[in-house]
Amino acid sequence: MLLREVEYVRPSSVEEAVSLLAGHEGARPLAGGQTLLNVMKARAASPEVLVDLADLHDLRTIGFSADGLLEIGSMVTYAQLIASSEVEVARPILAEVAATIGDVQVRNRGTVGGNVCVADPTNHIPPLLVALGATFTIRGSQGERTVSAEDFFLGVYVTAVGEGELLTKVSVPPSSGAGDGFSGLTIGKHGTYIANAAATVSDDGARIALGCVAATPVRATAMEERVANGEFSEGAVRAAAEGLGGVLDPPSDVHGSADFRRHVAEVSAIRAVLQAVSRRKGPSA
Amino acid sequence: MTAPAASLGIGLEVNGEQLEMEVPARRLLVHFIRDDLGLTGTHVGCDTGNCGACTVHLDGEPVKSCMLLAVQADGAKVATVEGLAPEGELTALQRAFNEHHALQCGYCTPGMLMSATALLERNPSPSEEDVRYALQGNICRCTGYVNIVEAVLSAGNSR
Repeated sequence: MLLREVEYVRPSSVEEAVSLLAGHEGARPLAGGQTLLNVMKARAASPEVLVDLADLHDLRTIGFSADGLLEIGSMVTYAQLIASSEVEVARPILAEVAATIGDVQVRNRGTVGGNVCVADPTNHIPPLLVALGATFTIRGSQGERTVSAEDFFLGVYVTAVGEGELLTKVSVPPSSGAGDGFSGLTIGKHGTYIANAAATVSDDGARIALGCVAATPVRATAMEERVANGEFSEGAVRAAAEGLGGVLDPPSDVHGSADFRRHVAEVSAIRAVLQAVSRRKGPSA
Repeated sequence: MTAPAASLGIGLEVNGEQLEMEVPARRLLVHFIRDDLGLTGTHVGCDTGNCGACTVHLDGEPVKSCMLLAVQADGAKVATVEGLAPEGELTALQRAFNEHHALQCGYCTPGMLMSATALLERNPSPSEEDVRYALQGNICRCTGYVNIVEAVLSAGNSR
């Protein structure tokens, strides 16, 4: 397919990338391109300049910060997440979920940064990072800032990354004995989600985030409070989820009515929490 | 600092041959391969990243060449179906496709071969589940996949 004419540049440092993004109107970062190029083919977006992040090797690493956070560079691919020993040690759910995204070819190119910056409400990673309490580091010409997952996702295709800015890394707390779960219903085996839920459960309580039911991931705070009393039997978790769907206002489309999505979100939340419970370690496990 | 440009000189290796070319930034890698290089074994099936007929290897990993700009391949090694075996010869996998009747119309075959070749390089003895997982990004509308999976399994076992 013929794309609309576009300019291309491949900077060799984050500073140069930020300066190119800030200095050219209509410039957009190009990560793995597994969404952006399709969007450009459909002419749903027509960037003037593509700033290819491929050579920013600092953004391709996975490691630990001094205070023990798992740091994932924004250009880390799904394939890298799946193969990472750091991810396996600190937060294996990230690799597990990444292995269900797209297909081999897409996982070889698609990136964590691309997934979250596209901020498609049906994407896998946003609700997961909300449940895990991740933080996002954004670089601009004025310097660096860090925002929480709740403040990162602002709307459909809209994040806290402003024009002329670049997401450089996502930091995830290590599990420290917490268990993580992810569940949902897809169109086809590994297709787009109709609704999904991510959960993390520790002795301190639970964090539950729902995907596909609103423009951005939704925290199931009432359910979190009800499961926080430390009673994690299946009956208790089911009781905690009661009424969860009723407060949601999900979209209706050909794949599912709003009512169906409410139901699937509730079931997904129960399954994600039960999976998290079964995986948590610690004195009371 | 490098400046953005609508047309760029790129250098890349395709099937072992080093090339230097000028390409428009908007050209997809699949069109560069087919139209500029004349390597028409790489097929355009859907042009939306769903079907996998355009699968090539980029630095040894299978990718969809319709989901990549040619300029993104600057400095990379690209392998297409034409590069699998020397002229007039077939790889064990290609022979297995023939023996197991793993193609009917043949349109998806180049992509299937590239994905399966990458799998066998990584995992020479895959299980049926491994094969199906590795070929998830390649759609075939003729065979029902059974013979394709059998061909890949037999090529794996024969190694």
